Amino acid sequence: MDWIQILSNTVESILSPVTFAFVLASLGLAMHFGFAGLLNFGIAGFMAIGAYGYAISVLRFDLPWWGGMLVSIVAAIAFAILLGAPTLRLRGDYLAIVTIAAAEIARLLFLTNTFDDFTGSASGLFGYHDSFRAANPIPEGTYGFGPFTYSETDWWVRIFGLAVLAVVIWLLWALSRSPWGRVIKGIREDEDAVRALGKNVFAYKMQALIIGGVFGAMGGVIYALPSAVNPTVYVTSLTFFIWTALLLGGAATVFGPVLGSIIFWVLQAFLTNVLPALAQEGGILESLTSQQASTLRFILVGIGLMLIVIYRPQGIAGDKRELTFVK
Amino acid sequence: MSNSEPDKATGLHSGDAKPGVAKVDPILKASNVTRKFGGLTAVNVEHVEIPRGAITALIGPNGAGKTTFFNLLTGFDSPDSGTMEFNGKSLSGMRSHQIAKLGQVRTFQLTKALSLLTVLENMKLGATDQAGEKILGSLIPQIWRKQEAEIEKRAGELLERFKLYEKRDDFAASLSGGQRKLLEMARALMTNPTLVMLDEPMAGVNPALTESLLEHVLDLKKEGMTVLFVEHDMHMVRHIADWVIVMAEGEIVAEGPPDQVMKEQAVIDAYLGSHQETDLGVVTGRIEVSDDGEDK
Repeated sequence: MDWIQILSNTVESILSPVTFAFVLASLGLAMHFGFAGLLNFGIAGFMAIGAYGYAISVLRFDLPWWGGMLVSIVAAIAFAILLGAPTLRLRGDYLAIVTIAAAEIARLLFLTNTFDDFTGSASGLFGYHDSFRAANPIPEGTYGFGPFTYSETDWWVRIFGLAVLAVVIWLLWALSRSPWGRVIKGIREDEDAVRALGKNVFAYKMQALIIGGVFGAMGGVIYALPSAVNPTVYVTSLTFFIWTALLLGGAATVFGPVLGSIIFWVLQAFLTNVLPALAQEGGILESLTSQQASTLRFILVGIGLMLIVIYRPQGIAGDKRELTFVK
Repeated sequence: MSNSEPDKATGLHSGDAKPGVAKVDPILKASNVTRKFGGLTAVNVEHVEIPRGAITALIGPNGAGKTTFFNLLTGFDSPDSGTMEFNGKSLSGMRSHQIAKLGQVRTFQLTKALSLLTVLENMKLGATDQAGEKILGSLIPQIWRKQEAEIEKRAGELLERFKLYEKRDDFAASLSGGQRKLLEMARALMTNPTLVMLDEPMAGVNPALTESLLEHVLDLKKEGMTVLFVEHDMHMVRHIADWVIVMAEGEIVAEGPPDQVMKEQAVIDAYLGSHQETDLGVVTGRIEVSDDGEDK
């Protein structure tokens, strides 16, 4: 087994745009679920809207890259309002059902042949990179060391992704420690009590839904930025992977989703590399083909999620005191 | 109980003390309020007025519609018909948080402490008109830091009064049931209310804590607030209420000062029962109690 290659591939995933996208989306979920108590199972839908919003505006309407991102943000706000208006007055579980359905509706609308001129239906969207790459200030060449050696284009995507991450992390941190964050956490605990104190609970929940949704959409943009928009990405399992990353790190924290997403992807990369290699070498995985061995990682992720929820429900970065009082 | 009887407010009504009697200075009025759940009429109140600056008790048997009426008055439920007025302002069509903003704050029968917020955070949440609670303002601490310090000071004073100051940095979930009742009341006071509505403040509270809760309720009146509470503990009702409203089957069946109301036959029949002054053991026949107080 080539351990150097396996470890190099594993470490590299820390700086991958997909990891950044996961961090952004799980920060959005942290706002929804961790702070406001909104059960959003449609984060993949917000990501799809971000990715398609960006790609369609750049490809079909010739907007510059930043224009495309603005369109993504506005679209995510509209999607959040559309989702929240009928459901936020109801109990939490209704929102969960509506969000999962809405994310599927969004995905199927992007996939259908009817809008092929805009969405590219099953083949997705690609070739929208010119505007973003033209804005790259880094001179041509290859930079970095070891596993982190990239071309100027790859660095530009990663630096931009990190900058967006920094802004989003600051936003979530600033909001969560403010009096606004206190109201949101109060709503998570008991919205009737907060209502009785004269706060407009519906407006606060809507604000939280919009902010988290915009974070998710930016995740979708970063996901699509270096590659292409592929409709098979934004499926329900993406939502659950992001939930896994969130719960792994700690739902009601700012740092937790960051840590959870990185661990999730480092583990994924490690298992993707090591399991097929193990299958080839024989031993315990002898009877599996390398494809089967690779799929085994999802089973391990599932087991991992169960173990976290049972034995460390507050996540890695969560407050230990909260564990004592889990209902 | 304290040695001296609390000062009772008198002269609250004009005319005979009967259901729907007009008050000299009402803070809250409700007329023809009905609420039906399917075929069941939970609340059917023809007219009622709550006197300002006094402590009013709302009593009645289980299922009489007290809590439903409470929910209607606070906007947590909307009536099928009828009008309600608070401080001369109509409440129809208003949502609960809008009503709360008018200065009418409530607590709940099942205490709602915000478990995973600290005691101090619970308190600070009660303060009204916070600049930092606006989404944009919250991002710039310079806008809200000064107000936050003032709120924290006021919260600290209230926590001292309710003997929760030592607990201020603990999660509300770690408080006992009685302490949660105190916290809920203290948090309600953070809104600077004019009318405090307490839904069974003494339920599940031990006698010693009941005493201090009673003092707190009497303090509210001293500070000029109006109190309306639902309660089953007749000692408490007699001791602190200036006015008693009795509900049965959704309607108001009697009204008046406590000592008069509790002598009315309708109230005894509907609620108190004919053995209200007798030991429970005698009523059920399980324990023999002699007239002179000695067990045989």
